[in-house]
Formats: sequence, C-alpha cells, structure tokens
Amino acid sequence: MAQDRFQSHDYYLMDELLTEEHKLIRSSVRDWVKKEVSPVVEEACQKATFPKQWIKGLAEIGGFGPYIPEEYGGGGLDQVSYGLIMQELERGDSGLRSTASVQSSLVMYPIYTYGSEEQRKKYLPKLASGEWMGCFGLTEPDHGSNPGGMLSNIKDKGDHFLLNGSKMWISNAPFADVAVVWAKDEQGIIRGMVLERGMKGFTTPETHGKWSLRASATGELVFDNVKVPKENIFPNVKGLKGPLGCLNSARYGIAWGAIGAALDCYDSALRYAKERVQFGKPIASFQLTQKKLAEMITEITKAQLLTWRLGVLKNENRATPAQISMAKRNNVNMALQVAREARQIHGGMGITGEYPIMRHMMNLESVITYEGTHDIHLLITGMDVTGINAFE
Amino acid sequence: MKILVCISNVPDTTAKINFTSDNKEFVSAGVTYIINPYDEIALARALELTEGTGGTVTVINVGDATTEPTIRKALAIGAADAVRINAVPRDAYFVSKQIAEYVKQNPFDMILCGRESSDYNGTSVPMMVAEMLGIPSVSSTKKLTVDGSSATIEREIEGGKEIISVPMPFVAGASEGMSEPKIPNMRGIMSARTKPLKVVEAVPVPELAKVVSFDKPVQRSSVKLISPDDAGKLWEMLRDEKKVI
Repeated sequence: MAQDRFQSHDYYLMDELLTEEHKLIRSSVRDWVKKEVSPVVEEACQKATFPKQWIKGLAEIGGFGPYIPEEYGGGGLDQVSYGLIMQELERGDSGLRSTASVQSSLVMYPIYTYGSEEQRKKYLPKLASGEWMGCFGLTEPDHGSNPGGMLSNIKDKGDHFLLNGSKMWISNAPFADVAVVWAKDEQGIIRGMVLERGMKGFTTPETHGKWSLRASATGELVFDNVKVPKENIFPNVKGLKGPLGCLNSARYGIAWGAIGAALDCYDSALRYAKERVQFGKPIASFQLTQKKLAEMITEITKAQLLTWRLGVLKNENRATPAQISMAKRNNVNMALQVAREARQIHGGMGITGEYPIMRHMMNLESVITYEGTHDIHLLITGMDVTGINAFE
Repeated sequence: MKILVCISNVPDTTAKINFTSDNKEFVSAGVTYIINPYDEIALARALELTEGTGGTVTVINVGDATTEPTIRKALAIGAADAVRINAVPRDAYFVSKQIAEYVKQNPFDMILCGRESSDYNGTSVPMMVAEMLGIPSVSSTKKLTVDGSSATIEREIEGGKEIISVPMPFVAGASEGMSEPKIPNMRGIMSARTKPLKVVEAVPVPELAKVVSFDKPVQRSSVKLISPDDAGKLWEMLRDEKKVI
C-alpha cells in the first residue's frame, strides 16, 4: 500500500465527549498501526498470511484485554477505550481487529467472567502479554445462527470429560495456544471449557482460500475423544448465555471497529476525489461525487454518536444485548456501503492494493456475517420491540 | 544521571494554520496539539540513555493548563516526572529564562531539547538556556553517547559531520537520527495517571520582543498548461503577461 496518509474525521466534534486519556490511547494505537501495520498489511493480505510480529505490538498497545483488571494483566480501562482501540485496529485491517477481538472478548472475557480464580491466574496474564494466543469455538459446520443446536458434546468420565465434535470458522485457530470451547453435557446443557494445544485428539486445521480477512488466520477445531480435565470447565456459567455474553462484548467492539474501516475508506475517497482531475477539474467538484462523500460522512457521524452512547451505557453496565445488536448491524452495514461508494470514487484504482478500499470491502463481507449475521441482528431488534420471537 | 527534556506543545503538523483577523494571534480552536516532533526525539534518546542505569528523565514545559495532555503523553512515553511552568510562552527568551531559573534551583546532568519547535521554528531556546546557565550548548545533534562525566556528540554540518566532546552538564538540541520517537504503550498510559506533574509559577521576565503580525505564505497560482505543439505561446506569455523577457 502507498504511504498511510490517514487523517481522522470528527464532523460533530465527538472528541469533546472523550477524555484526554481516551484520545491518548486512540492516537497511540493509530501511530502503532501506521508504523507497524500499514506498511505490511497489503502484502500480508495478498499472500494470505498473518504477520506474527503484530502479536507483541498488539499486546503492548493494549489490544489484548484492555478492560480486564490490571491484577490479571489487563489494562483496567473502560469500554470507550476498548472501543477506540478496536476502531483504530480495524482502520488498519478487520483481520487485525478480529485477532484482538477474539483474544479480548471471546477468550479473556469468558475466562475472567465465568472462570475459576485458578483459571484466571493461569491464563489471563499470558493472554494479555500475547505469550499465549487464544481462539473461541462456538460455530459448527451445521450450526451457525443456531448455536443452541450444536453437536459438540462432553461425557463425564469421572476424573475428566471426554470431548467430541468440531467447530468451524474459528479466527486464530491455526496458531492458538488455548481455545475456549462450548459443548453440550449429557443433560444437553451448554458448558464452556478451556482446551490447550497439545491435548491428545485436539487438532486445528487451517481454512484456506478465503477472499476476506486474508491477514487473519482462520481454521477448524476438531475434537476426537479429547480428555478435558474437570478443572478446565468454567464453573460459573451454564447454558447459551455463556457464549452469548462473550459475543455481546465482541459485537460491541465490532461496532466501533467498523467505524475505523469506514473512516479509512472515506478519508481515502475524500483525498482521491480532490486530487483526481477529470474534465479539467477535481472529481470532488461533481455533484454525484459530492453526494457520495456527503452521505458517507453523514452515516459515519451517526455511527460515531450511536457507538459513543453505547460505550457510555456499557460503562454503566446498562447496555442491552439488543442495543449492541443494533449498533453492530448498523455500523458494519454502514462501513460496507461506505467501502462500496469509496471504491466507485477511486475508479479502477479502487480495486488495487495501492488503496485500502477493496481490502476493507472484502473484509467487511465477513464482518457483516460473523458474530451474528446482518439478518439475525435485525430479528433481535424485531424481537426486542415486538416481544415476539421470529427466529423459529 | 538526571536528564531534563524540554517539550513544547505545538499544533499537529497537519493542522490548518489560521490567524485572527488582525493577524496578531494564531487561532487554536479545533487544532490538535502534540509534543514538538524534535522534542519527542530528545525524549526518546533520554529514555534510552537512562534505561537500566537508575537514571531519571524529567520533562519540563512552559505553558498553561491546556498543555497538560501533551505533558501526560511524555509521561506515558516514559518520563518519570514532569514540571509545568505555569505561563503562556511569550517568546524564546521568556521560555529560556523560565527553564534556566528552574534548573538553577534543580540541577540536571543534561538538558535535551528539540533543535527547534515546529510551530514558530525559533531554534534559539537550547542556546539561550545554556547561555543563561553558563554551560555548553550543542545544536543539531544527530548522535549522543555518554562516557562517564562527558558526552560525545555528532553534529550535522555542511557537507559532513562534526564530532565533539562536552562535559556535563550541557544543553543539546536533538535532530533527526538521534533516536526514533516512541509510541506510548498501555502500561505507560496507565502509569502516567499517577506520575508527579509539578506546577511552578513563572518568574517575571521583561518583554524584549513583540510580534507585530503574522502573514501566511502567498498561495501558489494555478498552473497554465501549454500544448507542446504551441511552444511559441510560452515565449509570448513570458514576454507579454509576466514581462520577464
């Protein structure tokens, strides 16, 4: 990619709603992305490799468990800080943000929230420092939007459980040291547990051939009579609310992250439109280009304010899952539309790796589907406002 | 080893520059402020020099309370403590006098500044501070290493470089190459919350210079393109429109 000339946009002066520390966190992550991510992300995506050197940097800038208390190695930061970190990471690449989201919200969050004190002490500091990487197994080949139908199961064998089944579309799986896995017990109740790489019968084959999130490693989790020690089971949660609690945290981060991708596309499109001359004048002077740019910044601004408010509610422990669904759905869709319009403004250049547009657009096609599809989140809002479940 | 790093609070290098209608003051509304980029280099080198040695880095800024976010960033990058001289910086003499007076009461082994600030490009604070303290000063420092009670410094000069040795204490102005600016990490940001930031009232300083007005550079006019087939037109334009030939 050409030099990263990104400048952020704050049409409604939302910065005035942030603390100085929020802004320092955001600028630090942005500086790190410009220095360490932008110069290599294009090649990483073209070659479909995850640059492992990002892990140490992600840990240092607070990308792993920023809201986990300091005593467990986390940052002890608030939810707005977490959101801003996710925004800046996804401004770099959705795959990068996915790696951090998974580690923070899908691995560290459940260990902290549902785990025993021993589990917290054993795993969280190493996950915060990036010494260990984690992944999260919920989705199965035949159970995506309907995780409650999962087939993965554990059987009580006295001193351990025997785990069988498989998980699919698992970010970080190919290199993860630990996996938070959800499976049904013999009573059909969903239980969570921590698996460690090296356990007999536990393998993580990589998924190849993706056209999206190419700088993020994706794989499967396969469990073939894996002996899971009983101390690896989460003692403090049973049922679907366990994994859904994790998803709430991750979806909240995605709502912020999508703004980052949209800002990057808008910023590039705005600059390109002012520099690209056709018919003797910059294309930014044509009404149809201005319509695109004006609508982009309008939608970005609405998303920024929606998400900031959600962050405040989350800090106060008042954000509902339905509110988080609305923000995730709105913002990812907004980012995808912004990417598509930005691609048009860039003309043919928009499909090349000289600009981040096509990469963001392809990434966002995953983001609009994972962590609850666009349609499922609509049904969550529908259920919330009508009181009627339209899923089944 | 105790190092003092002087930091200026300057507009982001991408900020839009505007002045009040009487052209006497910079309009700061909506402008993001940062640590002067050369000062960031000085801070990074100071941290490298003290790392693992038990030495400390203090940052000093002359400014009102609005500069504190910039000072906190310096603490997040790794400075141990900070001093803010509570006054709006009027000019280089004013700033230098404040720093020199503080150092007279609180001695340091080394004072590092950026070689110039990116706002008004004054370049004179490091030399003035050294002069007021009666210690050596070195400008445009590209490399700085410490040997016992002296430092070896590499300076950029026309067509080459100059290697000099100075006894401590001294003042040096940091230039590109002395170090790489550091990005604050999460631990640094968290620890900056509780690091000491001392506010010291300014000493009276006579006003030696006054800004009369600021003028922005004249905007470049648009380029006129002439077809290669019509090169004679260029000659005519230079003669008739610009009257340069």
